[in-house]
Amino acid sequence: MHDNTHAHGDGRTAEHAPQPYGLFIKVWAALMLLTCITVGASVNWPGAVGTAVAMAVTPVKASLVLLFFMHLKWEPPVFKIMFLTAVGLMAVFFGLSFFDYLYR
Amino acid sequence: MSDTTLAHGAHAPHKDYEGAKTGMWIFLFTELLLFGGLFLVYSVYRTLYTHDFHLAAGHLNVPLGVTNTFVLLTSSLTMVLSVTALQKGDRQSALNTLGWTLFLAGLFLVIKFFEWSAKIEHGLYPGSPVLKSLPAGEGLFYGLYFVMTGLHGFHVIVGMILLSVIAFQVKSGRVHQGDFVKLENAGLYWHLVDLVWIFLLPLFYLTN
Amino acid sequence: MTDKASGATPPRGFYGPEGGGGGLLSWVFSTDHKRVGLLYLYSLLSFFAIGAILGLTMRAELLMPGQQLVSPRVYNSLFTLHGVIMIFLFIVPGIPAIMGNFMLPLQIGAEDVAFPRLNLASWWVYMVGAFLAVTSLFSGGGAPDTGWTFYAPYSIRTNSNVSLAVLAAFILGFSSVLTGINFITTIHRMRAKGMGFFRMPLFVWSLYATSWIQVIATPVVGITLVLVVLERLLGIGFFDPAAGGDPILYQHLFWIYSHPAVYIMILPAMGVISEILPTFSRRTIFGYKAIAMSSMAIAGVGYLVWGHHMFTTGMSDTSRVVFSLMTFLVAIPTGIKIFNWVATLYRGSISLESPMLYAMAFIFLFSIGGLTGLVNGALSTDIHVHDTYFVVGHFHYVMFGGTGIALFAALHYWLPKISGRMVNEKKAKRAFWLVVIGFNLLYFPMLVLGIMGMPRRYHDYLPIFQTPHVISTIGSWVIATGLVLMFWNLWSSARRGALAGNNPWGGTTLEWQTTSPPPTLNFDAPVTVTAGPYERGEGRTA
Repeated sequence: MHDNTHAHGDGRTAEHAPQPYGLFIKVWAALMLLTCITVGASVNWPGAVGTAVAMAVTPVKASLVLLFFMHLKWEPPVFKIMFLTAVGLMAVFFGLSFFDYLYR
Repeated sequence: MSDTTLAHGAHAPHKDYEGAKTGMWIFLFTELLLFGGLFLVYSVYRTLYTHDFHLAAGHLNVPLGVTNTFVLLTSSLTMVLSVTALQKGDRQSALNTLGWTLFLAGLFLVIKFFEWSAKIEHGLYPGSPVLKSLPAGEGLFYGLYFVMTGLHGFHVIVGMILLSVIAFQVKSGRVHQGDFVKLENAGLYWHLVDLVWIFLLPLFYLTN
Repeated sequence: MTDKASGATPPRGFYGPEGGGGGLLSWVFSTDHKRVGLLYLYSLLSFFAIGAILGLTMRAELLMPGQQLVSPRVYNSLFTLHGVIMIFLFIVPGIPAIMGNFMLPLQIGAEDVAFPRLNLASWWVYMVGAFLAVTSLFSGGGAPDTGWTFYAPYSIRTNSNVSLAVLAAFILGFSSVLTGINFITTIHRMRAKGMGFFRMPLFVWSLYATSWIQVIATPVVGITLVLVVLERLLGIGFFDPAAGGDPILYQHLFWIYSHPAVYIMILPAMGVISEILPTFSRRTIFGYKAIAMSSMAIAGVGYLVWGHHMFTTGMSDTSRVVFSLMTFLVAIPTGIKIFNWVATLYRGSISLESPMLYAMAFIFLFSIGGLTGLVNGALSTDIHVHDTYFVVGHFHYVMFGGTGIALFAALHYWLPKISGRMVNEKKAKRAFWLVVIGFNLLYFPMLVLGIMGMPRRYHDYLPIFQTPHVISTIGSWVIATGLVLMFWNLWSSARRGALAGNNPWGGTTLEWQTTSPPPTLNFDAPVTVTAGPYERGEGRTA
């Protein structure tokens, strides 16, 4: 009764083969390195530069966790669309709130 | 929520791997928005009290915050290795890495405990006389610090309980190579905890 | 229990031993979506009755200027509780929890929802939240007196039992989130073979849109309510101006959820109407895709308009203009729905049985609600009517005239499927006219009062406001009579009405293809869909 594979037009499902251990260790190394870069920038150039580096690097770290550790890279498109919808709406909440705080 | 069993009737239990994962992801969105509300409060007050926030952040212990980041990132690695190991049918490795994840989670909480204790010893806690004597923005900064790291810490504890339960199920064979979605979903939860911390580090510790 | 006309009884379906039998425990621990739906039905209607009694008490107090029945302090608690109960315990869970639970799997040809145990858990969580909400009335510093919105800084300072009420609202939100997760997953994963997204009934579409709002918006108010409790217990100062906090930020966070929540309440109601109109005009729905997409559009635009609750708070002029503009955008998808409904009726073979009457009343009352909403959404007029009875009239036309009436329509429409027996039409129509006439007597004077300048949430008023207040109070008695007759008729029809058969209304969606009441696993054989949900004729399913 529940032959659900028809739900996805492109035939991709959430089932995927396991990835090699080495890939995750590389991602972890990258995360550690990026953390060091952020902290280094913040300690050596406190203020605008440190903040700018943090703002640039943190989303990259988050994306690495999402795409690799959380397997989003290998999931069917519907997962990605849902995730972007949720994050997009959060951005909308921020944006509309700041129409108040920036122009008060 | 990690199983889709039809619990009634004479039918065989209905397992839907993708359905279980879909449900977990949607739950993670609610978690994201739960923290999202706090991030909004943070960004509003950081905008209104930029200077106070910079001063207050200077009192946080950066080495401890960074150490905890390393701890949590590593626990995320052992978590994903555990899922991969079970997928490959290597139960013992899965259990070992799960054990490491739990150990690192505990270590995170211990470090957090010492950090909080030091702050409270210096009279920096919500509603304290010391905070009330500081400029308003610094009080709000510490309020946010305790609420956000507190809520995060609560999620660490819930995650540890969840992972312990799953560890027993892996050990007993209820969660196995052919049906590992519970472990994977618990892993997703754990990575979310990591994800939130990735944002907390620069917002609190690296703001000076 | 037997049918007077024929002496026959309907099949026992999921009420029978296969579904767990009739014991209380077999109900409160059942994971069958139909039983969970009925658990919600009885719980929600009980709280609706309590909320209605609180409302009637307020109306009685307002019959004359001065103090009649209750003190000002008690009056403040009355409107707070009326709001909390009606919103958090009745209308937010409302149609999705009752009709969504019962009908969603049936309409998509599934055996159950994706997570049946989670579904049952959501009912239990709801009951815990409801218990705490009721407890907050009688414990601590007395019933909350802040209004259902819990606005800071008063909610932080009042000695009444706000903490517990707020905790209750948090827990109820959790229940709502669990239902949302369940429905989205069910719709993605459990549709029958051949049912693509654009072959889903429009009620399912509306539940899908609603569930996304529940999942994305509810956590924001959840954390906000947690902050109120922390504020009261620890004094962190986020919403306290004395500590540098900003009370308007509370309102932002509150309405980021609570405005989309309005669409949680109304979208499923629109879905019900989209089911009833094609059935009772014997036509396919006009503009299926437009109605389906307008549900998603309302859900999306609903996130962009929360600031229109805050035009008079002192937020920036820029944001007032932006939010006012966005608010008018909501009228577009709403208008699309109304026009498509009317086009569905055009040249249809319309029969005015009770569900259709309620659906017609919905369109009429909801249109008044929608148009008065534009008055509130426009910056200049809102300054005049803000916090007056005009607003009270407006949201009762939308929420009660919209969602409440649609729930009544749904109860009349699906009672034959749920119970296996028909509604007594004669009595249903009598009750219907009392409800609709009473409704307008009760709420239309409020619109007039608001324009005259009567503020909301006042225990007392000047003598010039008395005539509309008297009409309104009389209306409250008329509608109360109508509601009692309606529920009595539904109850006795479910027990003694004529046998319904599988498809008494000639509906085209899947729930009408199985027996009434449905068996525990809904369909005797797997369902395959070969046509759209409202196409008439043979060969729709294989």
